[in-house]
Amino acid sequence: MNSALPIRALDSGSAGAGADAADALLTVRQLSVNYRVAYRRGHALLRAVNAVSFDLARGETLGLVGESGSGKSTIARALLRLVPTASGVALFHGTDLLQLSGARLQAMRRHLQLIFQDPLASLDPRMNIGDILGEPLRVFEPRLSRPQRLQRVLDMTRAVGLGSEHLHRFAHEFSGGQAQRIGIARALIIEPELIVCDEPLSALDVSIKSQISNLLKDLQRRLQLSLLFISHDLASVRFSCDRVLVLYLGRVMEIAGCDALFKSCRHPYTRALIRAAPIPDPVAARARRTAPLEGEIPSPLFAPSGCVFRTRCPMAIDRCTREVPLLRLVGDSQVACHRAEEVGE
Amino acid sequence: MSAPPPLRIRGLSVGYPSDHGAIQAVREVDLDVAAGEFLGIVGESGSGKTQLLLAILRLSAPHARLAGSIRYREQELLQLNVRALNQVRGNRISMVFQDPMTALNPYLRIGRQITEVLRVHRNVSGREAERRGIEMLESVHIPEGPRRMRQYPHELSGGMRQRVMIAMALIAEPEILLADEPSTALDVTVQAQILSLFQELRARTGTAIVLVTHDLGVIAEVADRVAVMYAGRIMEQAPIHELFAHPRHPYTEALQQSIPRIDAPRPTHLASIGGAPPNAAALPAGCAFAPRCIYRMPICESIDPPLIEAAPGHWKACHHQGPLGKLRSEAA
Repeated sequence: MNSALPIRALDSGSAGAGADAADALLTVRQLSVNYRVAYRRGHALLRAVNAVSFDLARGETLGLVGESGSGKSTIARALLRLVPTASGVALFHGTDLLQLSGARLQAMRRHLQLIFQDPLASLDPRMNIGDILGEPLRVFEPRLSRPQRLQRVLDMTRAVGLGSEHLHRFAHEFSGGQAQRIGIARALIIEPELIVCDEPLSALDVSIKSQISNLLKDLQRRLQLSLLFISHDLASVRFSCDRVLVLYLGRVMEIAGCDALFKSCRHPYTRALIRAAPIPDPVAARARRTAPLEGEIPSPLFAPSGCVFRTRCPMAIDRCTREVPLLRLVGDSQVACHRAEEVGE
Repeated sequence: MSAPPPLRIRGLSVGYPSDHGAIQAVREVDLDVAAGEFLGIVGESGSGKTQLLLAILRLSAPHARLAGSIRYREQELLQLNVRALNQVRGNRISMVFQDPMTALNPYLRIGRQITEVLRVHRNVSGREAERRGIEMLESVHIPEGPRRMRQYPHELSGGMRQRVMIAMALIAEPEILLADEPSTALDVTVQAQILSLFQELRARTGTAIVLVTHDLGVIAEVADRVAVMYAGRIMEQAPIHELFAHPRHPYTEALQQSIPRIDAPRPTHLASIGGAPPNAAALPAGCAFAPRCIYRMPICESIDPPLIEAAPGHWKACHHQGPLGKLRSEAA
């Protein structure tokens, strides 16, 4: 890997976003994604992701959290090259994913897989499960013999808790939880290094959610996978992730280790999210009663000047209107807030 | 003695004929709603919680088969004709739906939609309706009432639309408000705003609220009493603190243990319930939860347990007599 130099160079310009960029599997710097949207009689530029930087280490699960419109799914799509990016780099094994095209991009895709939110919608209704799981192998490992391929399919099916009897069935014959197991198997069968999970639990019922949470965590540990875990559910993030990145209107508000974040977060937005997350225990839930955050996330077309969160922030001061807070280290967090020192407990 | 509950549901069943046999959406539900209480109904998709709410206002699909009794004060709602029913709907019992965008009429201004109930039920003047509408918007914390009254639903944010729905539902000062997943489509900070609004309005107006949700966390935040539904039946029903501290149904226990928490030590594994909920067109004989139950006994597979009062105010439908807690020790 000859990636150390360019990363350092990039870091000098901005606040560093990760512990040790040299150990990272994925290094994202200053990633921006804009959408051109129709507005009034012309067009306007919607800044969906604005100069986002972070690292993902090998074997690490990084949570991306934030409310709808915060840019979490757009980051994932940009890394997988499903939407065009405006600027930034995303180094994966020393190669900038954002510069790849043609055959090299295609070859890279085997290392980057996606698990979708709606498991049934993401499975082809006309293919049986054996074919769905065999397809990635046919594409990326064409030299496998048929028996070898079948063996891989069967092994993977068992690894996600299904059996050989399921291979001849079609997607509609499965429940949501089983379909998500198939979605996971399809993503993992070609042994990718990086998996993006876009709200993998939110379409599932409560009693199924815990099965799939446990499965993902087991597989992550056993196969030393690196996961980008996108979710709006803080409790699931806390269970599944090692580190968490909090987004608001396309900007990073805070990055911290999971335990540190939930114990002593440093951004008023993170604090508001944690306080708003329901606790399934009436005693604890009622003991912490605090006034909820006011207002709603503004349209990214009209992002506030300075700190984008200031219009809803109970701690906002004049400076927040004028000056975009840079990501800096406070306590155990990388945080973008002028008053971060006053937030921790 | 306390006053009799205004709403009493007895033996309510809702079924739908289908090609694969009758779908039993709600089965033999007994439920009271007391004056001014905050009742939570929790269940997964297909548990019958929404069908139960719709049946109360007779909003089930036309081919639904309803049986049993729903008494609102002196009236049997299942026997009322449409005219009499409309005197109850929106007026004495009103409803807030999950998705405010589809529940509001996109062609009509907010003001017209909010004040419709008053014009239909209260015979008030246009000016008076307008005044009450603005007042109502203020009480759900929507500022600039006069301007908002002239806007269309698409001009409002998701959270604002849900506030409008709540204002509409409460303007006639109903005795009971039914709310079907009112915060599920909203972001978590906006959900917190809506939940706190429900509590504030209940305290001020004395309206009883029945909140249906899949989220035990939401119930824990706001409800006084909880009913847990599974496969069309009430499995357990108890005051909020009692249900969480001493669950008596294995399904309740499993639900509680399987949810990750932001405020407790991180477990390496979540307790989980094996299998999946049954198909409502092909329910197993006996208890519908038995195939997934870790306390299952032979009797569970043949006889559906009745809902019995196991302790004062605490009802459960389960053959298991001893204490629960097996799940916790297994997970540990």
